[in-house]
Amino acid sequence: MRIRQFLKPRTVSREVESIVDRLPMGNIGSLGYDPWGLNPDTAKITFMAVRWLYENYFRVVAHGLDNIAAGGRLLIVGNHSGQLPMDGVLVSFAVANKGEGARLPRSMIERWFPSIPFLGNWMSSVGGVIGDPKNCAKMLDREEAIVVFPEGVRGSGKPYRLRYQLQRFGHGFMHLAMEHNTPIVPLGVVGCEETMPSLANIRPLARMLGMPYFPVSPLVPLPARVVLNFGRPMLFPNDLANERDVKWRVEEVKDAIRDLIDIGIAQRKSVF
Amino acid sequence: MAKRDDNPRKPTGRPAGVGSRKTPTRRGPVGAPRAHASRLGMGHGRRGKIMITGAAGALAQHVIADLTERDFEVVGVEFRGVQDEYPDTVDYVVDFNQRPFEDVFREHDFVGIAHLGRVRFTQSTRGRRYSANVVGTSRLLRLARKYGVEKVLALSTFHVYGADARNPSLIDEEYPMRAANLMPEIVDAVELENLFNIHLYKHPELNIVVLRPCNIAGPGIKNEISRMLAQPVAPCLFGFSPLMQFIDVADMSAAVVAAFEQNHPGVYNVAPDDYVTYQDALQLAGCRRLFLPSVPPVLARRAVRALGRWAPPEYLIDFFKYSVIIDGSLFSRTYNFTPQYSLSELFAHYRALK
Repeated sequence: MRIRQFLKPRTVSREVESIVDRLPMGNIGSLGYDPWGLNPDTAKITFMAVRWLYENYFRVVAHGLDNIAAGGRLLIVGNHSGQLPMDGVLVSFAVANKGEGARLPRSMIERWFPSIPFLGNWMSSVGGVIGDPKNCAKMLDREEAIVVFPEGVRGSGKPYRLRYQLQRFGHGFMHLAMEHNTPIVPLGVVGCEETMPSLANIRPLARMLGMPYFPVSPLVPLPARVVLNFGRPMLFPNDLANERDVKWRVEEVKDAIRDLIDIGIAQRKSVF
Repeated sequence: MAKRDDNPRKPTGRPAGVGSRKTPTRRGPVGAPRAHASRLGMGHGRRGKIMITGAAGALAQHVIADLTERDFEVVGVEFRGVQDEYPDTVDYVVDFNQRPFEDVFREHDFVGIAHLGRVRFTQSTRGRRYSANVVGTSRLLRLARKYGVEKVLALSTFHVYGADARNPSLIDEEYPMRAANLMPEIVDAVELENLFNIHLYKHPELNIVVLRPCNIAGPGIKNEISRMLAQPVAPCLFGFSPLMQFIDVADMSAAVVAAFEQNHPGVYNVAPDDYVTYQDALQLAGCRRLFLPSVPPVLARRAVRALGRWAPPEYLIDFFKYSVIIDGSLFSRTYNFTPQYSLSELFAHYRALK
């Protein structure tokens, strides 16, 4: 709290303050936290740093932001990459900073992040939420927008040789979308694969540290250009009887994401 | 907002009695002046008689005062045997597992029981704790059936959900009680709940209500989190500041009374829709933070052990590391319950103590 009070007046510009204040945050309590730990003051401080990364370091270009509705429940489903959850941060920032109809989508984070000192607290306070279907369901009931990476650690921890190859998608997001009558906006992220290319995964070290993977990769993310492509919303009725049909619908979303990735790769003029 | 009465509403005017376990010692009715009480005798409450277990506790004292105000008559029973002297809210000091406990039921025609007492980990050995909390409660429920009690309320704890990095937020009542797996030390709390859940469906005539409150704090409360907030220096794990929920003891008492006044049997979380991180709570309560090493976990446990009573017990350490946020909306909706004390008022109480 004291660090926040010290940093906020010194780092947060009036422009960022007004951008974050305008974002709909209906679940914040009297001491500035929502049930998932989001704190607007920490979000403002982080917003300043992420804005610099977004504009100057990763030089992000976002297309199709009009497909994100200004209100109501929404799932933004994309491909995951880059060892660190940088893609989630950049996607959330892109939607929160889009001007008219901006909102703060909540990123689903890996379940082991809260067990890492500082990182877990910080991620919660800027809008990260543990990727649990119960969390997701409660947030959709409260009309939140959520960024989901159904590949999970299979996507973020994959080696560089598998770049832009979609790994197995969990079906949880499709069940949630159908049960909660929620549109899915497919998202293609291009560039995050190159921010932290991993040559290998040191499994024994990962096991020892209780991490899902331990990549052989640069210590800091490389300044690769990132292109985000948001697709048209897809709505699936809750009318399926078996898991095989759910799988077909998941494949439909995967195909949409693959197309958006291809478009993003074509749009990118250079990797760095 | 309600104005806090710094002096908890305890019935006064009688000397605290000396406890003698296993021997029912009848005292005067609770909450009435002595002369008035002797004139009216037991059973003067128009709405019936209620047994409150754990009557020496701060929450029970609030509940007794609130129920008495609403024209219930209250009989305080203490079974924990953790102290030599008891406040005058305690009418009987008796072990639930001993025969004299049934005499309390024979002497009074109870319409309801509020089972608020539970022997905590720090108060006894594992065997005695199990015997008092689980076996004793089982006997309490058997006697409640035998003597036609119409309403049983049990106070559980949000600890039954367990603290884990993978916990979702806004845990609802259907979520598994994972503490049995994560924290064997509080398995008796989980078993106690199971006992009530079995009776809830097997004996609907008991109209059982189980309340799982978040952290109860406020004047007189001496649980682990209250101890931390009351200390001038409180430990916290380096790099961890879990989100927490707090409910004022007066609001919790109001929740217990609401559950007695309306009949909606079931299991309910009780928590306000307001949140704060542990470290923010410590600072708002005027505590200085003592950072303990958090990684590797074994180092954190050693540090907590070394601090003794200045730190939370080792088995609760994960509650100071991972958020356990419960969804109290079902109780709020069902009983039309809204807490009156804000978090700021709650922490102001602890700040004023320093």
